[in-house]
Amino acid sequence: MSRRGKILWMGVVSAVLLLVAAHVGMASETAEAQPVKMGANWPWWLWPTVLFVVTFVMGVAAVLGGVGGGVLFVPIISGFFPFHLDFVRGAGLLVALAGALAAGPGLLKMNLASLRLAIPVALIASAFSIVGAMIGLALPTNIVQIALGATIIGICILMFTAKKSEFPEVPQADRLSSALRICGIYREASTGQVVDWKIHRTPQGLLLFIIIGTMAGMFGLGAGWANVPVLNLLMGAPLKISVATSKFLLSITDTSAAWIYLNQGCVIPMIVVPSLVGIMLGSFVGVRLLRVAKPALVRWIVIIMLGFAGLRALAKGLGY
Amino acid sequence: MAVASDKPNPAGKIQAGPEQVLYAKILEKGMYFGLLALIITFAVYVFRILKPYTPMRDLPKYWSMGVNDYLNATGIHAGWSWMGMLRYGDFLNFIPIAVLASVTLVCFASIVPLLWRQNDKVYAILAVGEVIILTVAASGILGTGGH
Repeated sequence: MSRRGKILWMGVVSAVLLLVAAHVGMASETAEAQPVKMGANWPWWLWPTVLFVVTFVMGVAAVLGGVGGGVLFVPIISGFFPFHLDFVRGAGLLVALAGALAAGPGLLKMNLASLRLAIPVALIASAFSIVGAMIGLALPTNIVQIALGATIIGICILMFTAKKSEFPEVPQADRLSSALRICGIYREASTGQVVDWKIHRTPQGLLLFIIIGTMAGMFGLGAGWANVPVLNLLMGAPLKISVATSKFLLSITDTSAAWIYLNQGCVIPMIVVPSLVGIMLGSFVGVRLLRVAKPALVRWIVIIMLGFAGLRALAKGLGY
Repeated sequence: MAVASDKPNPAGKIQAGPEQVLYAKILEKGMYFGLLALIITFAVYVFRILKPYTPMRDLPKYWSMGVNDYLNATGIHAGWSWMGMLRYGDFLNFIPIAVLASVTLVCFASIVPLLWRQNDKVYAILAVGEVIILTVAASGILGTGGH
């Protein structure tokens, strides 16, 4: 682990210890704690603590299952915690943003994430994530919850059925990508080969990012689940380039939507910080477990978890 | 399949371009600064080194409300009003959150001159466009205050 990695790791562990210590230190407050709607009689500090534990597990599962933390966070936390969907979406965007910010520099330096590919896509996705955030905050909560449930179930189906292509066939770059010089070269670490890539169907891909950006902003989800298939299967970027560029792209798309939620007042630090720390710590552990875990099995567990959370969101939205 | 060969294409480079490296460096510094500040300010909050604006034991009353009801009930104003409330432990946490949400804007603003000098004017304009989008989002001019 690099020196910076160790510092970050130590910082995260310190934060966890601080949180736990703070709970112990504030135990006296629990005597006056107010009952809560869900989990009545639970002292207030139990929720951030359970939130931390759940997001930690989520961080592990997200890495092993190959999904972003945000897509697990919003349906699960909104479905099973007493927090209003407004605050869960705000926190979900910040969780996805923090993950993308942490991964971005390394991916850019390794030239796996392509800035040339990301910039035009980001311009569209980030503009429409603002539109999505404004729509999401204007609609009644139950409508958003129903739409979220339907979207999550759709993501499950996408994860179950979507194919991936390591090196998609791109006979000829289209005119727009040629004009923008969206192409690149990277060295495939597993084989040592140098891969020359280019893309096609750029206008169609950019149009789809209108929908992806809107959904990301509306539901507070990271949109890796949609970015990767569009970049890889439609536009023809190699899988590694697609995954890395998608992760980096979230740092831009989620930034614009996160500002809308922040400006609307949808940020409660007691929800956001334990979530960020939990999911980051879980991600670090997940990366280490990756060597021994069976990814196919974990992916199934993630799909089932998501399906369950999607159904729960639907039920909640329908008033059950 | 993409063209794969054993040696680099002479027309291109395996290494990231200078604008990409600059972007990555700024992103990395901002991200570490933001995360470190987040841990420090949260410690200040939970240990009540600075008194919170919303008492912690009252949080369950508020976090189950929609954002509009929450703002009305707590008397908190949306938008950038948190800047005037940094004396409270909970609002102090908005500094690192804003830092993390601003890093990308700084990255884009930083690569514009480099792209322009490289005669990559289309990308310089696209980067300026992104700066404008992020600035508009951050400014709060698109409305504040929930449903």
